[in-house]
Amino acid sequence: MPRLSEAMTAYRPVLAANPYQPLPAHIVRIHRMVPDNHLFTLRFADDRQATEFRHRPGQFIMLSVPGAGEAPISISSSPTRPQVLELCVRRTGRVTDALYRLRSTDVVGIRGPYGNGFPVEELAGNDLLLVAGGLGMAPLRSLLWYALDSRDHYGSITLMYGGRTPADMLFRDELVSLADRPDLTCLLSVDRDPDGGWPQQICRLPELFERVRLQPATTYAAICGPPIVYRLVLKRLLALGFSKDRILMSLERRMKCGIGMCGHCSVGYCYTCLHGPIFTYWDAINLPELV
Amino acid sequence: MKTLTLPKARLDFLVSVLQQFGEIHGPVAQGDRFVFRRLRRWSDARLDYTRTILPLKKYFLPPRERLFRYRRGEGYVADTTDLERRIVLFGVHACDIYGLNILDQVFGGRYPDPYYQTRRRQVAVVGIDCTPDEHCFCRSMRADVVTRGFDLFLQDLGDRYLTFVGTALGDDMVLATEGLFQPVTRDDVEDYKRRSADRERMFRLEAEIRDLPEIFEMEYGSRLWDELGERCLGCGACSMVCPTCYCFDVADEVALGSTDGARDRVWDSCLFASHAAVSGGENFRASRASRIKFRFYHKQRGFVAEYGRPSCVGCGRCLDVCPAGIDMVEIIAGLREVDHAAAQ
Repeated sequence: MPRLSEAMTAYRPVLAANPYQPLPAHIVRIHRMVPDNHLFTLRFADDRQATEFRHRPGQFIMLSVPGAGEAPISISSSPTRPQVLELCVRRTGRVTDALYRLRSTDVVGIRGPYGNGFPVEELAGNDLLLVAGGLGMAPLRSLLWYALDSRDHYGSITLMYGGRTPADMLFRDELVSLADRPDLTCLLSVDRDPDGGWPQQICRLPELFERVRLQPATTYAAICGPPIVYRLVLKRLLALGFSKDRILMSLERRMKCGIGMCGHCSVGYCYTCLHGPIFTYWDAINLPELV
Repeated sequence: MKTLTLPKARLDFLVSVLQQFGEIHGPVAQGDRFVFRRLRRWSDARLDYTRTILPLKKYFLPPRERLFRYRRGEGYVADTTDLERRIVLFGVHACDIYGLNILDQVFGGRYPDPYYQTRRRQVAVVGIDCTPDEHCFCRSMRADVVTRGFDLFLQDLGDRYLTFVGTALGDDMVLATEGLFQPVTRDDVEDYKRRSADRERMFRLEAEIRDLPEIFEMEYGSRLWDELGERCLGCGACSMVCPTCYCFDVADEVALGSTDGARDRVWDSCLFASHAAVSGGENFRASRASRIKFRFYHKQRGFVAEYGRPSCVGCGRCLDVCPAGIDMVEIIAGLREVDHAAAQ
């Protein structure tokens, strides 16, 4: 029965398409934004991959550091500025520790992009409110630049970003320089300004809401930050009359595959990697343990 | 489906023919338990087995599997060792085939898992019917009968097997025996129906899964979960023996004094404290109660939302193996109990 044996072995090459395969990328630049929160600029070793890679704001990649492992990292750069990927990486575990020991031109592995990302088509034509606390600016920065680079697709754009001190602010210089832009309401706050010279607000992040007039019916709000930020900001948004499905949140979970298999990022009946990491507040309410 | 009969006395001949389709693996005794392993002799096969310690997932998602080797300058190179071993799994029960069908969905979704898929394509499945014991509740989970996921399925009719031919490969197997199988007669059909009704009456365990997702949802805050958290040892044995638990961990390792390494995946369990822990110290399921709740929630509620049915197939392994005697069927009954809800 040779026919049968053939039937069982005749198929495309083993592992022709392997979604777990990390593609080599070089570290192009390391910008020491904040201690233990550096911005790594990466470029695929293969020019075609560098040119063809496209993501949506809010998506993430799986970053491999040889010998250390793999971790999900959200993409901080906008797809409107292709060729390189900017990753704001907090030094917090085995993989990121190993990344911090690398230097420019060293090789890492990338696969992705994964996750749903922000629904940019659905956001088009609406006002945007971006609210970030602490390290929550990392995934929102992609959406910010995406919206600014396609400015006529959106109504008013408001950014509220709060950090503890100016030294803790991610993308501080870049964001401060955006404050003069007429087509963006850029509200930056710090809780304290120990060294003096902070040009913007000194207040708690939620207090920035008192400085703007928002149109909840035609606005989408995107929030990212530590749990306290979610609690306080959600309270404000709901009081203003925001519908629960116009509030978008970016979540992080432990992930080992990024593609809906390993089970670690599972919350309720969702996988953060496939159904998220962007969830509406309505989703969040209906998924236990989500926040 | 093409249906034939096979004289029971000639089963060894069928198996000898099946060897050309791959290594024959079947249930064999190990102490007072059973395991699936390669048959050295046909006489080792124990077709009267109840359930094997580990389900079939070990063939497709090995407990430890090398995904990549890493060498400096080469990057991550996929490890394909042993992926293309041709195996015939002989004597698989319906619940385990059902479990396999569920894994096929999980590993064949938007991002098909090529390791799983490659192994799966190499393995043929010959199912066999079974007699439920005190831990079987596959009927409640609608996994007591399978209509796909096998190449051949043998139904015991006393002196012969009624044989369902599930795939073209199964049909090739039949052809390869050159006339061993006979057409089905009226008597065979009647005997099958009688046997089916008899088997139906043998089930001693029942779980009612109608509207269970809704009940799980409403009983999310039930004290029952805290009680279970107190009892559960967090050993993860239930996950290891579950035919549809597929969580895995991935870890890189580097050989001492070398820059070469490897990336392996290993079975994991949502009952382990590390399962939902993120770097930086946050753990989304820090308490044991939240972890055991998650496990049941995912089987009976979460999976339904994603795939349209619970991922539990009622094989009874977790009931059998749990050192704390935690019992899926009891939990379902407990959640459904009206008094329990009123006592909140």
